[in-house]
Amino acid sequence: MTTLTPVPPRARRSATRAADSEERSNVSTLDRSRRTVRVTTRVLTVLLVVALCVVALGPLLWLFKAALSTSQDILREPFAWWPSGIQWQNLPDAWSQIHVGQYLLNTVWVAAGCWFFGLLVALTGGYGIAVLRPRYARVVNGAVLATLFIPGVVSLISLYVTVLDVPLLGVNLVNTFWAVWLPSAASAFNVLLVARFFAGLPRDVFEAARIDGAGVFRVFWSIVLPMSRPVIGVVSLLTIVASWKEFLWPLLVLPSPDLQPLSVGLYRVSDTAPTNLLMAGMFISVVIPVVLFLVFQRQFLRSAGQAGAVKG
Amino acid sequence: MRENTLTVTAPPAADAPPTPPRDAEPPGRGGRRRSPAAALLSWVRGGGVGTLVMFLPLLLTFGYFAWWPIAKSLILAFQRTDLITEPTWVGLSNFERVLADPLLWTALGNTAWFAVLALVIGFPLPVLMAVVMAELRRTRQITSVLAYLPVIIPPVVSVLLWKQFYEPSDTGLFNSVLTRLGIEPVGWLQEPALAIPSIVVQSTWASAGTATIIYLAALMSIRTELYDAAEVDGASILQRTWHVTLPQLRGVILLMLLLQLIGTMQVFTEPFVMTGGGPENRTVTLLMLVYNYAFLSGDFGKATALSLLLAVGLGLLSAVYLRLTRKWSES
Repeated sequence: MTTLTPVPPRARRSATRAADSEERSNVSTLDRSRRTVRVTTRVLTVLLVVALCVVALGPLLWLFKAALSTSQDILREPFAWWPSGIQWQNLPDAWSQIHVGQYLLNTVWVAAGCWFFGLLVALTGGYGIAVLRPRYARVVNGAVLATLFIPGVVSLISLYVTVLDVPLLGVNLVNTFWAVWLPSAASAFNVLLVARFFAGLPRDVFEAARIDGAGVFRVFWSIVLPMSRPVIGVVSLLTIVASWKEFLWPLLVLPSPDLQPLSVGLYRVSDTAPTNLLMAGMFISVVIPVVLFLVFQRQFLRSAGQAGAVKG
Repeated sequence: MRENTLTVTAPPAADAPPTPPRDAEPPGRGGRRRSPAAALLSWVRGGGVGTLVMFLPLLLTFGYFAWWPIAKSLILAFQRTDLITEPTWVGLSNFERVLADPLLWTALGNTAWFAVLALVIGFPLPVLMAVVMAELRRTRQITSVLAYLPVIIPPVVSVLLWKQFYEPSDTGLFNSVLTRLGIEPVGWLQEPALAIPSIVVQSTWASAGTATIIYLAALMSIRTELYDAAEVDGASILQRTWHVTLPQLRGVILLMLLLQLIGTMQVFTEPFVMTGGGPENRTVTLLMLVYNYAFLSGDFGKATALSLLLAVGLGLLSAVYLRLTRKWSES
C-alpha cells in the first residue's frame, strides 16, 4: 500500500514542495489570474473557514465556557457567556471532588506505558523483519500482517479471557496497567510502519558495521536507532493519541476506580457528578491533547495523512 | 560513489571485503551435510541468538495478545463457559442461541442503519472538503488544523459533550436554537427514530477530520502533469475535478469506504455512552450485544460466537466489496 512508504522520502518531497511555491494543483496560476476564479476561491475559503470555526472549534469553545460556568447557567442558558460570572473554582473542585487529578495521572501512566512497549515491540520487530531477516522472518511477518486483516471484535472477549489468566504464566492482569500496555503493544500496524521504514534505509551501512564486528544489538542501538527518528516520532504520536482515546478496553480491564484513565472515569461519574464539575473534568481531559496538537500540528497531520489510511 | 567503483571494478574483488550471506550460514560449506550440533553452533556463531532475542518482544506480545486470542475465540465459541465453572463443549449451541435471540435482528438492523447513515452523512463531506482545501494556499494549514481538531478529542469526552448538546429540555443547546426559530423542542436521544441519526451526526463530527486529512494527502500526491495536460486540452476547473482529481482519488476512496463500513459495523462507544442502547433498544448495536452477553450475562461462549459471526460477516463483506470494485475499476 502506498500509504506505508517510509517517512524521509515523503518529508523530503513536501520540503521541496514548500520551496517550489509555483507548484500547481487543479486550479492553475493562469486560472487564478481570472477574476471569477479569484472571487470564487475567496468566497469558498471564507465559507470553509467560518464553517470549520463554528463546527469544529465551536463545541470546544462551548466546553471551555461550560467548564467555568455554574450548572444552572449550563442548563438554562447554554449560549450566554457567564451570566453568573466565571467559576474558576470548578477546576480545582473537579480535580478533587470527582478525582480528575487521579484519572489524569492514570491516563498519563497508561499512555507512557503504551508508548514504551509499543515502541519496543515495533522497533525490535521491525529491525528483525526488515534488517536481520533470518529465515523465519517471513513467517513472522506474515503472521503479523494477518492480524491486521482480522477485525478487532474477534478477539475482544478472548483477549479479556487471556488477560484474566495469562497462559503458562498463570497471572491475572486485570486491574494492572499491564493489561492495557501489553495488548496495545501488539500492533501490527506499528510493526509494519517501522519495517517499511527500515527496509528503506541503506543496507550497506548495516553490513559495514557487521563487518567491523558490531553485533546484532550494537547495530540496533548505535546505527538503526539514531537513523529512525522520523518513524519513532510517527509511532510515538500514533500510540500516545490512541491510548489517550481508548475507552472500551480500559473499561473492561481496569474496574478499580483508582486505576481508571480519564475517559473511563468521566464515563463512570457522568450520571452522578454535577454538570459543571463534569464539564470542568472534560475540559481538563481535552486541554492536554489539544495543546500538544496545536504545538506539533505539522507532525500530527503528516502522520495522520500517511498512516491513517490503513488504520481505519 | 564507493559502491559504484566497487561494482565497476569487479574483477580485482579479492581485496574487497567478503560480504557474508545474510543468514547464519557460514560461506563455503554448501555441499557438506552437517550434524545438528554443528548447525546449532554455526547458528549461534552467526548471531542467531541475538536475532532471536530481538524478535522476542514481538513474539511474546503478539503470541499472547494477538495470535492466541484469535485461536482462543475459536475454542470459546464452542464452549459453554462463565469463567467460573469448568467449561463444557457444546458444539454449535452457542451459535444457535445467538441466532435465536430476537434482539440480534434488532441490533443488526440498528448497526446496518448506523453504517448506512454514516456513509450518507459522513462520506462525501471529507472528499469535498479535501478537494476545496487542496486549492487553498495560505489557509490550507489552518483549515486542516481546524478540520482535524475534533479527532484529537477523546471519544468519550466528545460523546458526553454532544449528549449535553442534545439535552431534551427547551433550554438544551440545540433545542434553544430550534425554539428561537419557532420549532418545538426535540428529544434527540429519546425519540426512537431520531436516536441513531443523532449519534451518527456526533460520530461524523468526531471522525470526519481523519478522512479529510487522508484525502488531502492523496490529493497532494497527484501528478501535476495530469492537470497541465487537461488544461492544455481546454478542460475547465470543474471538468478537471471530475476527470482528473476524482479518478485519481478513486483508489483511496474505495479503500476508505470499506474501512469506514468495517469500522461502523463495530460501533460501540458512541451508543454505549450516549444512550446505553435505549430508547426501546433502538440503539443497541452488535458489539453492544457482545458486551452484554459477556459482561452482563456472563455468557462468554455466546458472546464469542456472536463476535465470530460478525467477523465472518465482515470478512465476506470485504471480499465481495473488493471483488466488485476490482471489476469496476478495471472497466
